[in-house]
Amino acid sequence: MFTNAFLSGLTMGGTYALVAMGLTLQYGVSRIMNLAYGEFVIAACFAALILFTSMGISPLLALLVVAPAGFAVSWLIYRILLTPLVRRAPNRGALEVDSILATFGMLFIVQGIMLALFGGDYSSYSYFNTPVELLGTTIAANRLIVLAVALAVALAAWSFLMHTRSGTAMRAVAVDPVAAGLVAIDVRWAAAAAFALGGAIAATGGVLVSMFLTFNANIGVVFTMKALIVVIMGGVGNIAGALAAGLILGLAESFVATYVDPGLTIAVTYAIFLAVLLLRPNGLFGARAR
Amino acid sequence: MTARPALVIAAGAAVFAALALVPFVADGYGMSLAIAIANYAILATAWALFSGPTRYISLATVAFFGVGAYTVAVLGEVLPWPIVVLAAAVNGTLLAFVVGLSTLRLAGIYFVIFSFGLTELIRQVVTWYEVKVTNTVGRYVFLDTDQSMIYWQLLGLAAILYLTGYLIGRSRLGFALRVIGGDETVARHVGIDTTRAKLMLFVLSALFMTLTGAIMAPRWTYIDPAIAFNPQISFQTVIMALLGGVQRLWGPLLGVIPLTLLFDWLNANFPNHYLLILGIVFMLIVYLLPQGVAGAIGKLSRSRTKPEPETDRKAHSAEARP
Amino acid sequence: MRHILKRHLGPALCAATLGIAAIAPAAAQESIRIGYAVSKTGPNAGGATTTTIPNYELWVKEVNEAGGIKVGNKQLKIEVVEYDDRSISEEAVRSVERLATQDKVDFILTPWGTANNLAVGPIFDKYGYPQIAGTSVTDMAPKLAARWPNSYWLLGTGGSYAEGLVELLVKLRSEGKIGDDVAMASIADGFGIELAKAGRAALEANKFKLVYDKTYPLGTQDLAPIVNEVKALNPDVFVAFSYPPDTLGLTDQARVLGFNPKVFYTGVATAFPLYKAKFGAAAEGVVSLGGIDPSDPKVKDYIARHTAAVGKEPDRWASFMTYAGLQALQQAIEKAGTLDKAKVNEVLRTGTFDTVLGQISFDNESRQVPNIFTVGQWQNGEFVGLVPHEHHGASQLVFPKPAWPAQ
Repeated sequence: MFTNAFLSGLTMGGTYALVAMGLTLQYGVSRIMNLAYGEFVIAACFAALILFTSMGISPLLALLVVAPAGFAVSWLIYRILLTPLVRRAPNRGALEVDSILATFGMLFIVQGIMLALFGGDYSSYSYFNTPVELLGTTIAANRLIVLAVALAVALAAWSFLMHTRSGTAMRAVAVDPVAAGLVAIDVRWAAAAAFALGGAIAATGGVLVSMFLTFNANIGVVFTMKALIVVIMGGVGNIAGALAAGLILGLAESFVATYVDPGLTIAVTYAIFLAVLLLRPNGLFGARAR
Repeated sequence: MTARPALVIAAGAAVFAALALVPFVADGYGMSLAIAIANYAILATAWALFSGPTRYISLATVAFFGVGAYTVAVLGEVLPWPIVVLAAAVNGTLLAFVVGLSTLRLAGIYFVIFSFGLTELIRQVVTWYEVKVTNTVGRYVFLDTDQSMIYWQLLGLAAILYLTGYLIGRSRLGFALRVIGGDETVARHVGIDTTRAKLMLFVLSALFMTLTGAIMAPRWTYIDPAIAFNPQISFQTVIMALLGGVQRLWGPLLGVIPLTLLFDWLNANFPNHYLLILGIVFMLIVYLLPQGVAGAIGKLSRSRTKPEPETDRKAHSAEARP
Repeated sequence: MRHILKRHLGPALCAATLGIAAIAPAAAQESIRIGYAVSKTGPNAGGATTTTIPNYELWVKEVNEAGGIKVGNKQLKIEVVEYDDRSISEEAVRSVERLATQDKVDFILTPWGTANNLAVGPIFDKYGYPQIAGTSVTDMAPKLAARWPNSYWLLGTGGSYAEGLVELLVKLRSEGKIGDDVAMASIADGFGIELAKAGRAALEANKFKLVYDKTYPLGTQDLAPIVNEVKALNPDVFVAFSYPPDTLGLTDQARVLGFNPKVFYTGVATAFPLYKAKFGAAAEGVVSLGGIDPSDPKVKDYIARHTAAVGKEPDRWASFMTYAGLQALQQAIEKAGTLDKAKVNEVLRTGTFDTVLGQISFDNESRQVPNIFTVGQWQNGEFVGLVPHEHHGASQLVFPKPAWPAQ
C-alpha cells in the first residue's frame, strides 16, 4: 500500500509540477499574472484529442506539434496583446493589475472559442492506459510518462536558466528588468521568450494530462488555480520550487487518501500551502518579497 | 472633500430613500437586476474599503459571503431572522480576525493566492464536516421571503456601508490608512500601528461581505459549499472594483453597474457566444480605459479643475511594498 | 444621482431591445413562446450539454417541423428565448425572472441539475409555470411537490436509485452469487451523499457489510488510491456514486489495476455515449443508474431521431426523462387546448401521457413517475434497464461482470 500511494502521489505531483512550471516562468520572468493559463492547457488537451481521434496521431508525437504551437501562440500573444500593457505600466504593481484584467478577458475569449468549436461536452480518450509493474505495484503507463516528462522539463528549464546566456538574461530580467536593461539585456525579448516558453510548457502539460483526465471547455480555471498554488508555494519564478511544491502536494494527496480519508485530500493540499506561506511568506524557495 | 459632511450625508440619505422606492415600480426581472447590482455594489465597495488604501488584493470575499450564506442555511429555519443575521455577523467577524491576523504579514501575490487558498480550505472543511457529521451536502432553505425584502435589506446594508466608508475617510483611521497605502514603512515610523489599522479595516470589510451572503442566501432555496463558496464571486468582485476604481468610495459602483448590465445584456442577446464576446469587450475596456472608469472620470474633471496627484488604478498595486 | 439613473436606465434599455421581439406575437398569438435558462458555460455545462440542451433543441425542431403544437384549433410554432445561467444559482434566478416578467413566455423549460431547479422553484411557483424537472435527483422531491404544486420530478429521489441497486444485490446474495462485502465510494456533493446515505441505510438493513465507505471531494483527479485500497479488500461489489470525470477515472484505474469485482457500479456518465466511446468492449457488464428497453420501438426511434438531429446519441438515463417531460408538456397543452398555465397544470397532474418512457402519469403525492429504470447495465453495446424487474422490457443482469479486456 505504501509504494502504491507513493507512486500514485509522485505521478500526480509530477502533473501538478509540470503544469505549474510554465506559469512560474510566465509570472516570474515576464511578470504576467496569466489567469488564462489553464485555458491554454485545455486547448492543448483538445488539440491532442483531435489529432488522436481523427488522425490517429499518438499524443506523444502530437507533442512535437502542439508544444511549438504553444510557444508560437504565446509569443504572439505577448508581443501583440501584452507588450502595450508592459510599455504603459509605470511600475510592477500597475502591470500586475493590468495583466490580471487583460488575461481575465483572454480567459473568456479562449474558453468562448473552445465552447464554439467543441461545445461543453466532456471529452475523454484512453491512451497508454496500460498497466506497468513497478516496485511490486501496478501503475498506468501514461502517468509514468507524465512524471518522466515533468522531471525532464524541470531539468531542461533549470539548465537553460542556469547555464545559458539567454537563461541568465531571463534570470536577470526576473530580478530587475530596469537594471537588466542597463547591462544591455534585451528585456522585451527575454520577457517574450519566457512567456512563450511558459506557453510551450502549458501545451506540453495539456497534451499529457489529456491521456488520462476527463476534460471539457470549462475546466481550465481548475488548472490555473492549482498551478498558482504550486507556483506560490514553490516561490515565484523558481523551477525547482515548482517541482518540489508539485511533488509535495501530489504525495500529500495520495497519502491522505490512502491513510486518512479521501474526503480530506484537497483540504490537506490547501492546508499545507497555507502553512508553508505562514512559515515562509515567500514560498519554499523564494528569496524575498517579489 | 470640500462639501460639508451634513450636506453629503443628507444627499446620500435622499438618494437611498429614492432607491427604496424601486420595488414599487420594477417588475420581477427589474428587481432581480436591482438585487444583482446592490449585491455586487456592497461586495465591491466593501472590498475596496480594505483593498483601496492598503493595496492588498484579497480573493477571500467569498469566504465571508459563504460563511454568511451558510449560517443562514444552518440556522435559517430554526431561529428568528434577526438572530440568524446576528449569528452570521459574529461568525464572519471571528473568521475575519483569524484570517486577518494570519495573513497581513504576507505581501503582494503571496497574499492574493493565500486568500484564495484559505477560501478553498474553508469550503473543503465545510464539505467534509457536512459529509461526516450531518451526513448531507446541500441544505434546503425554505424561507418565505421575496425579492423586495431582500432588496431592502441589501439597500439598508449599502447605506450603512457608504456612511461607514465616508466617516472612515474623514477619521484618524482613514488618514492612517492613506499613509500606510502611500508607504507602510513611513507609516510605521510616524507611529501608526499599521497592523491594528489594517486588521480593523479588514474585519469591517469582511462583516459587510458576510451580511451580504446572509441576506442573499434565501434566494436560492438550496445551498451547498460549491454555491456558497463559489470563487467566481471573489473574482467578479475584484474585477468590478478594479475596473471602477478603488481610490474613491464611489469608484467600485462605476464598475459594478456597467458590468452587471453588460453581463446581462450579453447573456440576453448572445446566449451562445456570451463568453467570447464578454472576453473581447473586457480586453477593449482594459486597453481603452487604462485607469478604470473612476480614473477616466477623474481625469475629465481634472482637466477642468485643478490637477490632483492621485492616480487611481495606476498606483493601485498588488505589491506596493518593496 | 448617477446610479439612480443607471439603475432605471438599464432595465429600461433591456426592455426596449426585447420589446421588439415581444411585440409581434403578443397581438394575435401566432406562436407559442417557450423560454429556458440552462448552463451553457461553467461547471454544469458538461451535464447540460449532454442531457438538457440537445433534447430541448430536438424537441423544438421536431415540433416546428410538424407544424407546431395544436392549441385549440390552431397550430402554433415554438419560438425560443434562451439564456445561459453560467452554472450560478443567482443567474438562473434572474434569467427565469426575466423569462417570466420581461419576455412573458408561455412556458419555461427547467434548468439543468438539482441546485438550479431548486433555486428557480419559487419563481415557477410564483408565476404558476409548470416546472417539469428532468435532471434533478433529490430526496426532497415529495416535499417540494407539496410546496410547489406545479412541480414535477421525473428523475425521482436518490433513495429510489440506491434501493433499486440494493434490491438487485439482495437477490444476487440469496442466489449465493455474492458475499456480504460491499465497497462504496461517493462524491462529496448533494447527489453522491444522498445516494450514499440511502445506499448505506439499505445495505445495513439487509445485513451487508460495508468494507469501504468513503467520500472524495469534487475535483479529485487522482482516484488511484481509492481503487488500490478497495482492490486490496477484494469485495464482490464495488459501488461508486460518482460524477462524470471520476466515473471515467475510476473505470480507468480499475482497468489498469485489474480490479474486476463481480458487480462494478459507477455513477453519472456511465450511461453517457462517451462511456461507450471511450471504453468500448470494456464497458460491458458495468452497472449504473438509468437504463432503457432497447427493444421498444419508441426508444429506438427516439435514439435515431436524437442522433440525426443533434449529431450524437442521447445518454441512457436523464435524456429520456428530459424528453419525456417535453412530450408530457406538449400533450398537456394540446389536451388543455389552451396556453392557460393553470389548466395545463391541471392536465399534467391528472393526465396520462404517451412518452418515450411509455405511458406515464405523475404520482399525485410526489409528482414523480412511478416506473422508471433505476439500475441498468451495459450489455452488448447497449445500456439496458434492469430494475424494477417487473417494469416492461427489463433485462436480466449479466453476472458476473466479464473481465476487463486487455489493453
